[in-house]
Amino acid sequence: MPHKTFLAFIWPSLLAMILFIALPIVSVGYQSLFIEHEQILIESETCGPFGCDTEVSVDAAAMAELREAQPAGRFTGLGTYTNASHLAFDEIGEIFATSENFGEIRNRIMNLPFYKALIFTLAYTFIVTPLVIILGFAIALVVNSIPRLLKGPVIFFSLLPMLVTPLVGSLVLYWMIDSRGIIGAALQALFSDPTLSLKASPTLTWITLFVYGVWHSAPFAFVVFYAGLQTVPQDTLESAMVDGASRWERVRFVIVPYLMPLATFIALMQLMDNFRVFEPIIGFSAAASATSLSYLIYNDLRASESPLFGSAAATSLLTILGVIILLLPVLRRNWREFNRKT
Amino acid sequence: MNLRVKATVAAGALIASAGGAWADCGIESGSVRILSNDFPALSAVNTRAAECASGTVEVTANQTTEHRNIQVPALSANPATYTVAVIATSSIVPLLSDDLVRPLDGYIEKWGDQLLDSQKIVIDGKTMAIAFMANAQHLYYREDVLAEHGIEVPQTYDELFAAAEKLQQAGWEYPLSSNFMPGWNLAAEFINLYLGTGNRFFEPGSANLAIDNEDGLAVLETMKKMTEYMSPDYITYDSNAQTPIWEAGEVALSIAWGSRAGNYIGADAPDRAIADSTAFAAAPTLGDSTTPTAALWWDGFTIAKNISDEDAEASFRAMMHGIAPEVLEGNMDKAVWLIDGFVPTRAADGVMANLKGKAKPYPMLPYIGLLHVALGDNLSEYLQGNESAEQALADVKAAYTTAATEAGFLN
Amino acid sequence: MSNLRDKKPPSLVALSTGFVLVWLVIAAFPFLWTMWGSFKVEADFFSRADWMNAITGPVTERQHGSPFTGAGYEGAWVEQEFWRAVVNTAIVTFSVVVISLTLGTLGGYALARSGFKYTFWLLMAALVFRAMPHVTLVSGYLLPFFQLNIWGYLPTTIIVLVAINQPFTLWMLHSFFLSIPKDLDEAAMVDGCTRFQAFRLAIIPVMWPGVVTTGLFSFLLAYNDFTVTSMLLTQENATMIPKINSFLGSTQEEGKVMYAVAAVVSAIVPLFVLILFFQRQIVSGLTAGAVKG
Repeated sequence: MPHKTFLAFIWPSLLAMILFIALPIVSVGYQSLFIEHEQILIESETCGPFGCDTEVSVDAAAMAELREAQPAGRFTGLGTYTNASHLAFDEIGEIFATSENFGEIRNRIMNLPFYKALIFTLAYTFIVTPLVIILGFAIALVVNSIPRLLKGPVIFFSLLPMLVTPLVGSLVLYWMIDSRGIIGAALQALFSDPTLSLKASPTLTWITLFVYGVWHSAPFAFVVFYAGLQTVPQDTLESAMVDGASRWERVRFVIVPYLMPLATFIALMQLMDNFRVFEPIIGFSAAASATSLSYLIYNDLRASESPLFGSAAATSLLTILGVIILLLPVLRRNWREFNRKT
Repeated sequence: MNLRVKATVAAGALIASAGGAWADCGIESGSVRILSNDFPALSAVNTRAAECASGTVEVTANQTTEHRNIQVPALSANPATYTVAVIATSSIVPLLSDDLVRPLDGYIEKWGDQLLDSQKIVIDGKTMAIAFMANAQHLYYREDVLAEHGIEVPQTYDELFAAAEKLQQAGWEYPLSSNFMPGWNLAAEFINLYLGTGNRFFEPGSANLAIDNEDGLAVLETMKKMTEYMSPDYITYDSNAQTPIWEAGEVALSIAWGSRAGNYIGADAPDRAIADSTAFAAAPTLGDSTTPTAALWWDGFTIAKNISDEDAEASFRAMMHGIAPEVLEGNMDKAVWLIDGFVPTRAADGVMANLKGKAKPYPMLPYIGLLHVALGDNLSEYLQGNESAEQALADVKAAYTTAATEAGFLN
Repeated sequence: MSNLRDKKPPSLVALSTGFVLVWLVIAAFPFLWTMWGSFKVEADFFSRADWMNAITGPVTERQHGSPFTGAGYEGAWVEQEFWRAVVNTAIVTFSVVVISLTLGTLGGYALARSGFKYTFWLLMAALVFRAMPHVTLVSGYLLPFFQLNIWGYLPTTIIVLVAINQPFTLWMLHSFFLSIPKDLDEAAMVDGCTRFQAFRLAIIPVMWPGVVTTGLFSFLLAYNDFTVTSMLLTQENATMIPKINSFLGSTQEEGKVMYAVAAVVSAIVPLFVLILFFQRQIVSGLTAGAVKG
């Protein structure tokens, strides 16, 4: 396809992505290299409904002048990336220098916010992604073999975990897993442990989040695989049957290889989405036991009235970097395939 | 693209005014655009402000819980997208720091006769905002349960723990509840208690954190002791999670927001007996101090800087109509109003008791928000028994220092 | 595949039927539970006394004289005017799906057919774009949008959602176009068609499985989005999810949780009817055009 035709086809899509994603990423990257100007503080008498006090406030006029001269703030280079809230180079050095054994090193590193979040993020990504793919594939295979008449309702019901907005989906599930809710009570009866609380224990909270993640994303893998199954060439399957391949062998040697590109695609998307896990943490009020990188970003931007844009920018770029590292194996595969294709 | 909806009120919540009579607010012309949080008391104010709409005066309101995230960019634009920002103690700070709101003294002189002096938020001699509501956390208790067990209403934390102990021995598994969900809620509890000690959060005149002292440790120990009387799920409790537990009669003592008190005792409460015996008192005091351990909050409004003087004037006068004493009619129980003529209802008992006990206001400092976030993220490990109180305070300090350095408050 | 199914041993049929049933229960139970509970009062659906109350509804019976009540629906639709949010959501999702798919099919087709190295790097760039957390992007949009006075309107949100969704749409459609044999459109071009005519005549008729699937996900993204819509829309333009969120309460206000539950159910039931009504089209959309290799 000539360059000109290619451009003619892709420019609207490209323009939208450049304007709303690429430019913001560049500006976020630039922003992450700066911190706010040194604040000029003044003390003054502040009075309100509850009395007067001498309080510190920012000299807004003087700050406006500083920002006029240098709108982005003070340059720190990679300072924000290496500070205690992110990669914490100094703290890690100190931990290695003063800790006595491996256990202490691990505990102290796990106490650093970024690494604590990273561990959960990675655990979530690597546990949820494969389970989603396997479960989605199994559902697709089975649904594909049920009578045609039932397919519509079955597909619809299978999509429900995606259709119910996470906001309310997690609210209802959150209630169900409460020790007074149906699932929580059932689990207590099952393990005959009346003090079992899925909310209080960190381990159980993690497991709850993993299960929710698989439940919520499995329909995605299912639909993609199901659509893919429709395009499996029938004659290949039939010739495999003629050759005496068992049902299992046909799945193993015909269907799986044929659906491999789709599996790669699902893996790409799921790795990425799971690496940015955020909504379940809020929905299940799980922040005490589990934080993720996206949660840190959200916290920087929304938790306080004055957002820390530089810090959020740095975490965002580290998230992108993490995604790229995660996807490298998949991408290398794609690259080889791409070269073979051309 | 600016949709001008003349003399109509666009926001769904304000449709009510369409049926009512147009008030004569004396405004000749201008545009009033209100950005506020979304709860009934503010709807009442906005609805009244919308009565000022006429052929030449446009009044719109956007009520959203995201207000504090959009207020700074919205008021930074020139002209500002909103002329009025309804704010609270903490959310006014970024507007002041970025110089986005205008002094109101000139307007007060001409049209502000109705205001009490205590409603004016005066900073360095200039009135920057007008407050009209107050809020704070305080003690909720079950009159019948305390009477049955011969317990006086706890006034100090020691008494609170004694009461909880007694109830626990009498068979109440977890008699106490409080907003201990990590993040904003948990930090608010720490700040409440620490304010009650009378100690300073920061070194005078600077942004250096000063909470790693005996009082800071005492506050943490108190919080930990509270968890002993709370369900292990306390780590997920916010206002929404606490209410059903109270309404199910599972707890008899609670520290919760005054703004929720009306619901607990209101006509819609599911269990009449529990609702009727629910009563409110000041937040308990800590140690030798006599100050209730509660941060006092106010809600008020500011007028944007980047708008025409005509719009600013119209906005101020519309808001004066909005918070005129007449707004109290039928809305007395919706809030603890700071407006002249407010008669406290039973739901206001707790907040009024806090006020009487001279509780401290939530600090209006430019860097308190950063401390609030740092506290919210770093206390739960200590409460769950995974680290020491000293370590928790050290973690808070590290997180705060990093954030305050980035924000330019520390070097 | 009917000939394959006929030979299935009974044990396998039982196993797969069992699996489907278990899956359906896991997938649908929380929703069915919610649907049933939406006709109860909060004290029953979220009962702390006994979860059986959510099924039997004793408090509902006491308060409304019957174990079922439409109070949640009435509150959401009449009192809180939920229909406005539904209309806004319909506009947003419809526009996002149509625009996303139009841009995505064109772009995805070009990416699948062009052999140059830059297509690979473009796809990689799209992946990086997709890795960007949305909350960071949205915070960055606010100031420019306010300055340009385009904040708060539906078209702005639609364009943002389309752009955010573009990397995914491109990837997905690109994969589907790769599975359509090149001979198909190249033959058309040999016959004298331009590239665009070939796309229209040879590709569009066979691309529907991919488009339907991708469209489904575009729909879900726009329909379920909270991060973007809650920050970029005014109260009057709010879509369903931010509206439902506003029912959940805050420090100042007790949540009207049953309104939220009723709103969620009433937002999904029409989809169910729609899917049942169009199930033939959807299933055959997913099935038809299956390329015979």
